[in-house]
Amino acid sequence: MGNLVSSEWLRLVIGIIVVLAFSQLNALFLVWLERKVAGHIQLRLGPKEVGPFGLLQTIADGIKLVGKELITPRTADRTLFVIAPVLVFMPVLVGFLVLPFSPNLILRDMNVGVLLIFAFSAFTVLAILAGGWAANNKYALLGAIRSVAQNVAYEIPLLLAVLSVVLMVHSLNFADIVRAQGRIWFIFLQPVAGLIYLICATAETNRAPFDIPEAESELVAGFHTEYSGMRFGLFFLAEYTNMFIVSAVATSLFFGGWQGPFGFGLGIPGVVWFLLKTYILIFVIMWVRWTFPRLRFDQLMNFSWKFMIPLALANLLITAAVLKFVQ
Amino acid sequence: MSTEAFAQMAFWMLVGLTFAGAAIAVFPRNILHNVLGLALALAGVGGFYLYLGSFFIALMQLLIYVGAITIAIVFAIMLSRPLHLEIPKRAVPKVAMAAVASFIFFAAILGVVFRTQWTPAVERSTDWSVETIGHLLLTRYDLVFEVISLVLLVAIIGAIVTAGFTRRLSS
Repeated sequence: MGNLVSSEWLRLVIGIIVVLAFSQLNALFLVWLERKVAGHIQLRLGPKEVGPFGLLQTIADGIKLVGKELITPRTADRTLFVIAPVLVFMPVLVGFLVLPFSPNLILRDMNVGVLLIFAFSAFTVLAILAGGWAANNKYALLGAIRSVAQNVAYEIPLLLAVLSVVLMVHSLNFADIVRAQGRIWFIFLQPVAGLIYLICATAETNRAPFDIPEAESELVAGFHTEYSGMRFGLFFLAEYTNMFIVSAVATSLFFGGWQGPFGFGLGIPGVVWFLLKTYILIFVIMWVRWTFPRLRFDQLMNFSWKFMIPLALANLLITAAVLKFVQ
Repeated sequence: MSTEAFAQMAFWMLVGLTFAGAAIAVFPRNILHNVLGLALALAGVGGFYLYLGSFFIALMQLLIYVGAITIAIVFAIMLSRPLHLEIPKRAVPKVAMAAVASFIFFAAILGVVFRTQWTPAVERSTDWSVETIGHLLLTRYDLVFEVISLVLLVAIIGAIVTAGFTRRLSS
């Protein structure tokens, strides 16, 4: 193994450990934040008993989940039922490889980083489908089918919106895209693309008002109805980590990544800027969830296919035309 | 273990993954297992692109084949017969026809493989950046590029005609 244990490999191993630890901690924090935000929006206090401000509540919940029995329904497809929660977490971890937390804090500075995140997001859909189908439960299957339809519909405008940013920078590298926003963030140059991205990202993470795959009031819990214990926990963790990733991507593509607004860094380290913006975006996504009601399935599909996709295409076309004209 | 041996191991693991996926895609009588097997095989092919040094093509393979094609097949499954009904036996003529079609495709691929003058890796250009691929697609391989878009157009028109036809029948 001699020549393989170089600094490169050590860096990768340390990176993976940090990513694993961070994704768990982040999800624990986000679940707490969601309950606090939900509580305050509904004039409640949210969790407050366990630890200061209820901060340890989700850790207690996590321990409870780990201790619970893993139930597999008798009629379930056993292999797929076990594989699905693991498969759903894989693309989420891959996303962390290329996120630019600061100029020097990128695990792998790939020249196709943007593509990597969106290429692997396909596995999330397949995992949700496999899990929902394997449970052999009508609610789970309905949730899975809705999830597939929704993800396909919203991935197209999402990619088109990202593409208009890529066209401006001529690069699929996250670090290049962030550096190009030194003076002006792309949200000011590409407001339409930014808005389309945020809406589609909410839909891709299956969150309200786009949460029809797990609509509690009609589908029990959607695709993870039959899951219990830590298998359910993995779906939950993946959802919250996914939320972090889509917000972090939005931060890098539209909100200047590790840089301060209009070139003013204010001496604050890049990581702090990056995390600050990401968590503000996450807060916005939560805010939206507790403000808007759930859409109906046909409204949701029509909105994507008949409005978002043409709009995103027009935006891409105009971006290309303007870029040609400016050159 | 040397880097060379490591690369060899990775290659054979990819071969195993792809073949296992392909077998799952064809043999089980459970249509969802078939689709997931196909996704595995296609991801394995993506791994080969990575092994050959083009990260971009590998990711495009995942994005297009695993992300789009497999999901499109899932939509087709929603139209298939329910799984709790008794699964009909495989019809011999259908299997034979499928075998003949795959054999023709396999022979064509083999023909291409043996007729191509392969240049050794050392003499080949190593520039597989996104720019180069984009330029090549729109210059040297523009005919192929256009034909592929034509195939997609045919697929779209086919889908519209099929959907419109069944809708007219039911109304």
